[in-house]
Amino acid sequence: MTGTNKTPRQSMPEQNPQVRARNFEEVPLGYTPEMAVAEAGRCLQCKNPTCVQGCPVNVDIPGFIKHIAAGRFDQAIGKIWERNSLPAVCGRVCPQEIQCEGNCLLGRKGEPVAIGNLERFAADWERAHHVCELPSREKATGKKVAVVGSGPSSLTVAGDLVLKGHEVSLLEAFHKPGGVLVYGIPEFRLPKDIVASEVSCLGAQGVSIECDVVVGRTVTVEELFEQGFDAVYLGVGAGLPKFMNIPGENLVSVLSANEYLTRANLMKAYLFPEVDTPIPQGRHVVVLGGGNVAMDSARTAMRLGAEKVSIVYRRSRAEMPARGAEIHHAEEEGLNFELLVNPVRYLGNEKGRLTGMECVRMELGEPDASGRRRPVTVPGSEFILECDLAIVAIGSGANPLLTRSTPDLPLNKWGYITANAETGKTGKKAVWAGGDIVTGAATVILAMGAGRKAADSIHEYLTWGW
Amino acid sequence: MFKIVKREEMASGTVVLNEIEAPRIAAKARPGQFLILKANENGERIPLTMAETDPEKRTVTVIYMVVGKSTELFRRLQVGDAYQDVIGPLGQPTHIEPGKNVVCVGGGTGVAVLHPIARGMKNADCRVTSIIGARNRDLLILEDKMRLASTDLHICTDDGSYGRKGFVTEVLKEQLTRGGVDQVVAIGPVPMMKFVSLLTKDFGVPTMVSLNPIMIDGTGMCGGCRVTVGGETKFGCVDGPEFDGHKVDFDELILRLQAYTEQERLSHGRCKCEGVHS
Repeated sequence: MTGTNKTPRQSMPEQNPQVRARNFEEVPLGYTPEMAVAEAGRCLQCKNPTCVQGCPVNVDIPGFIKHIAAGRFDQAIGKIWERNSLPAVCGRVCPQEIQCEGNCLLGRKGEPVAIGNLERFAADWERAHHVCELPSREKATGKKVAVVGSGPSSLTVAGDLVLKGHEVSLLEAFHKPGGVLVYGIPEFRLPKDIVASEVSCLGAQGVSIECDVVVGRTVTVEELFEQGFDAVYLGVGAGLPKFMNIPGENLVSVLSANEYLTRANLMKAYLFPEVDTPIPQGRHVVVLGGGNVAMDSARTAMRLGAEKVSIVYRRSRAEMPARGAEIHHAEEEGLNFELLVNPVRYLGNEKGRLTGMECVRMELGEPDASGRRRPVTVPGSEFILECDLAIVAIGSGANPLLTRSTPDLPLNKWGYITANAETGKTGKKAVWAGGDIVTGAATVILAMGAGRKAADSIHEYLTWGW
Repeated sequence: MFKIVKREEMASGTVVLNEIEAPRIAAKARPGQFLILKANENGERIPLTMAETDPEKRTVTVIYMVVGKSTELFRRLQVGDAYQDVIGPLGQPTHIEPGKNVVCVGGGTGVAVLHPIARGMKNADCRVTSIIGARNRDLLILEDKMRLASTDLHICTDDGSYGRKGFVTEVLKEQLTRGGVDQVVAIGPVPMMKFVSLLTKDFGVPTMVSLNPIMIDGTGMCGGCRVTVGGETKFGCVDGPEFDGHKVDFDELILRLQAYTEQERLSHGRCKCEGVHS
């Protein structure tokens, strides 16, 4: 580390909160080349870069930043592509504050280098200019791999294995590839043409992408082997919405966040009636939960024209699992936070429409198994929160559709697939798994990290055997 | 793309049959399962239970009533055109017990879903008494096929223009009163399934219904197709589409099916303006 760094962190320009709260355009606007060079100049180029250790796919962070600092943007993106095939996505949705940037030496005394913003800049620059060649493929091995699901972990597996010369088929149940990147994350946080562009790079490298295939229904894992695949990777996500099991939950105006976001994102229902899929509108929309999915749902409801949107969370702001930046954006956009509040039943009218929910106030007691202080009901604190649309964003469980049709695949007691943390190997021969179907709901980059390890292990198997 | 190889209009053009090339699905589908179809890029994902599957021709067949913009778009597709997306087979196949005395009750386009089940039961040595109904003679579909799939066929129309005047429940009541019925299968409009189930409950005869709730993905992910069955929440897409009619909360289902009535009217209205009606 050489001396101190006087340049302040370049903040990324953003759309004005009052304006953006009513549109679906992306919130942060991106760095200009000058800002990127200035920000990259802050990097200390540490000999033992701790930022790289904080990255689940170990991008050579000082390496690519050095190129940006020198204005060599084409080489910067090439350096990132060596380890990460989804930089425009990761630059936008990774929790950098607890990963690369959280480990940055500059962050000890001041503000860390804006690694995420720089990664995003390099990827966006490349998309605008198209001057870089994709990494080249090794000689064809004649081995075939089926990758089930097309979210971040699967895309990583497919990208890594196709480069090693294997024949890769990506099988997606929805009609568009990208998994949570297309159905879950809103346009204003991750524009869908960016996902499409990064997925199409995989196609250009030779990955076959087939949509409308529900593995477990259209074809089973066993049948994939019968059809000549040598290895199968399962990256199907968690994807079973959790509900609170309280009275009135099946009223018409109570939706899972999965349904709400799928309508808004994948089906583009925010353009209804230009597109055919409708989405329920509310005047006062209540979102239950405190994670990124809750923030995404609430900010979507705001953009769809709600007069008021409230986040109802049973703990305090400090325990919210959402990224700080997302909570901050939500606050700027005027979302209302009802903290230390828990619903106990929904109230509806004769048409099945929601009219409100009965809630109780909570206080924090001793820490529970998650390490967070357990919320405890305050006796006699019942009150009615009037609302006409509720979105339940309290997490996802393991979807059993694929696992039920693969009876010899070992699962844990919650129904997630048991897989070796270092290799992604499952208890079934030639089958690997990773991402949310192994860990439960997590982040894009952790899923990619799991994909990277599994790809290495699959390559080893295809070369040397199980 | 999933090409249409055969198209047929029934019930004065309000009901349409599409036989669609879908090799993977045709190889796998069983009676009682459903598909999700999407006509084009901006189309909705619409669940429909299959009327036929032909593994040799590598095709699946759906029969639907034209009710809103999406089904209107489906109707416009001609032989040689294609659905952009067909996903399936989804849901649990029908469980058929051989050698039973079964009454199959079908209403409207529900008869299309009922037919492969009735045929499957007859092939499994069941005695199949079928009762099919429609508002009037023009809206009655698949009479000939149902006759072949049944030991005995009864027809009713609400207005008496064909068969018996009245509801399917009236004929069903006579059958139940006569006794000896092991099982009832009822597929049709939700109110019909509700009243059939209320009737068979009085007679203590097990009853299976096939539900078509609003859903998006069909794989258990969105939870839009929640149905209360015996006090528990079930997902129509993975736990169904068939359920015990005596346990289904039909009133809740009716409300949930009306979730988008107003928006659908708006969408369909625009659709007419743009000249989608041929």
